[in-house]
Amino acid sequence: MSETTSRIIKIATKKRYKNKYHWTDYFSYFYLFLGVLLMFGPVVWLGLSSLKTLAGIQEYPPTILPLSQIQVDVEGYDKPLPIFNVTQEDGTIKQLAQIKRIGINAKMVDPLNPGETVKVPIDKREKIREFKIQWQNYVDPLRKYDFLLYFKNSTFITVVATIITLIINSMAAYALSIYEFRGKNFALVFVIGTLLIPLTIILVPVFYVVANFGMINSLWGVILPGAATPTGVFLLRQYMLTLPRELIEAARMDHASEWAIYWRVVLPLSIPAIAVLAIFSIMWRWNDFLWPLIVLSKSEVYTLQIGLNAFHGELTSQWNYVLSMTMVTLLPIAIIFAYLQKFITTGIASTGMK
Amino acid sequence: MENIRNQTKIFFLRILNIPFAFLMHAIDLIMWPIQKIIGVRNMPYIFLLPNLIFFGLFVIIPLGANFFFSLSSGDELLFAERELPTTKQYDQLFDCESYLNPNTCTEDFFWRGVYNTIFFVVFQVGLMIFFSVLTAVILNKKIIGRGFFRSVFFFPVLLSPVVVGLIWQWILLKNGAFNAIIESYGGDKVSFLTDPSWAMASVIFVSIWAHMGFYTLIVLAGLQAIPPNLYEAAEMDGTSRERIFFRITLPLLMPNLLVVFILASIKGVQTFDEIYVLTGGGPGTSTSLIVQYIFTTGFASSGSVQNFGLAAAASMVLGVVLLFLTLMQLYFSRNKESKHQEI
Repeated sequence: MSETTSRIIKIATKKRYKNKYHWTDYFSYFYLFLGVLLMFGPVVWLGLSSLKTLAGIQEYPPTILPLSQIQVDVEGYDKPLPIFNVTQEDGTIKQLAQIKRIGINAKMVDPLNPGETVKVPIDKREKIREFKIQWQNYVDPLRKYDFLLYFKNSTFITVVATIITLIINSMAAYALSIYEFRGKNFALVFVIGTLLIPLTIILVPVFYVVANFGMINSLWGVILPGAATPTGVFLLRQYMLTLPRELIEAARMDHASEWAIYWRVVLPLSIPAIAVLAIFSIMWRWNDFLWPLIVLSKSEVYTLQIGLNAFHGELTSQWNYVLSMTMVTLLPIAIIFAYLQKFITTGIASTGMK
Repeated sequence: MENIRNQTKIFFLRILNIPFAFLMHAIDLIMWPIQKIIGVRNMPYIFLLPNLIFFGLFVIIPLGANFFFSLSSGDELLFAERELPTTKQYDQLFDCESYLNPNTCTEDFFWRGVYNTIFFVVFQVGLMIFFSVLTAVILNKKIIGRGFFRSVFFFPVLLSPVVVGLIWQWILLKNGAFNAIIESYGGDKVSFLTDPSWAMASVIFVSIWAHMGFYTLIVLAGLQAIPPNLYEAAEMDGTSRERIFFRITLPLLMPNLLVVFILASIKGVQTFDEIYVLTGGGPGTSTSLIVQYIFTTGFASSGSVQNFGLAAAASMVLGVVLLFLTLMQLYFSRNKESKHQEI
């Protein structure tokens, strides 16, 4: 009996080669766990901390959840005082408010009896906390500072630039994929050539061109220089090359103009590629930093990225506002990613661009 | 339910379509006569025109103008008010007693930037490729929750440099979360961003954190392109996993890795934004790279005059490095394609 049982157990637990646990399997899960902590942790930590009070953010060592210390108004003191649970000499616990800390002792007062102060060693007291979400962090910067305006500027740049990019790039891609014409190869090489020249090596002269058009400190100065993208033209062209030519011939038979063929036949069929380019463009524009930093120097035309950076530079101690506005800056992209994750990753993997 | 959702979707798409169709019809009013005049044969030029104008204005003309700026001196942006021709900028940039010691150079800031960039790129690219391959190999296994893990590693790629810089600046503060973790394990606090010997390491770490997902994705695509029958054959022979990795996976991944390596180097040499937000190039000049030099000399030097010529000359030097890297990329990716055809 026991022999059969043990044999059954042996058969049940026996694994074929494929399913045998190897040290690399354990390592993989360990690595992935660590990866989740390191990759996702900072953003979660940012989200949680953006709901804390300024005092809670500056607390060291920090608490994970937005637990802030309870404060009370005590008669005779201007500011609300934080309350502690103090273990007294006879072992009982009493709630006292702290006036200030002097070395290893704290000067404390009983809120019920504000006339008398006591000295308590700091290791005998413990903070009383409550779960409190500080929505003020999100409301204040939008009201007191110009973040709403920055948000509007960023949205304007992102939307308009993406529309322009999509239209002119798809027009060029249409010409380079559907037609045969003289100079086509030259145009293709020309487009590839621009791929070799990143903005970082022509900062000064592009600034010169933009200044000549009077677009310094204008949102158009940010939108126009990056509107034509070689990667975009290529992505769309590769896709349009796969469209059946018969459709275009049929449209021509029906006396459609070339422009009508472009927008009524080719564009609707290229929606998948256009969507990929649209997502990339939104990402590029929303996250853009170096060029707006150069062109925009007045605060009324700041984008969210520039405004956030400037705000942080001016008020280094206001981490509660900085954190909440960082959250606001990353949220739109995070939401897009959550919905279109598969789309984005396959888009990147198949084009090798970012 | 599904039906209703689809119908609302179509409804909204139709509404969105109205301004689009209106715009397109309006353009057609111009395009139709043009087509009548120049003929169908010449229409592609019209379609190419807007893109070419943009490329011309914002890429080709600036490229020529960059030579001009680097070869002329003066504080003015206007062409007419600059002195021509002069090699003053290049003389100033390369005026060094010894190129190995930035302190002996007139433009010591530039040379520090050059050495910092080399140091940064070597470590950032090297470590990033190592971790990308490791992550990609693990994500390519049959593990539970693969999609979830893949998006976790990819997620930081979408964050803007300002967001990345601010998150990490805050976490790496002297009284930040990282130091709290270190102290809870009995270590000593480290000033990650203000100690010159730590600042570069922190910057490299943050940069890897932000960009690793992108390269992981490309390596993963390369791994999935390896024919599975090779693995099946090896498994049938009872080959150990270590051997499979070093004899099959790695050699077949090599062409892919080479392209990733060059791509990462091209991006790495141009790094600016995250570092600018994270440390501002400091403390001192310990984390300032070449692009930071260009930006500061050309656009942000407080106090002294903006020196467009010097910035343009430094851009030319960076341009030569990038051209070399890009040509290498084109060469190797062509090689890679021909190898694939052989297989």
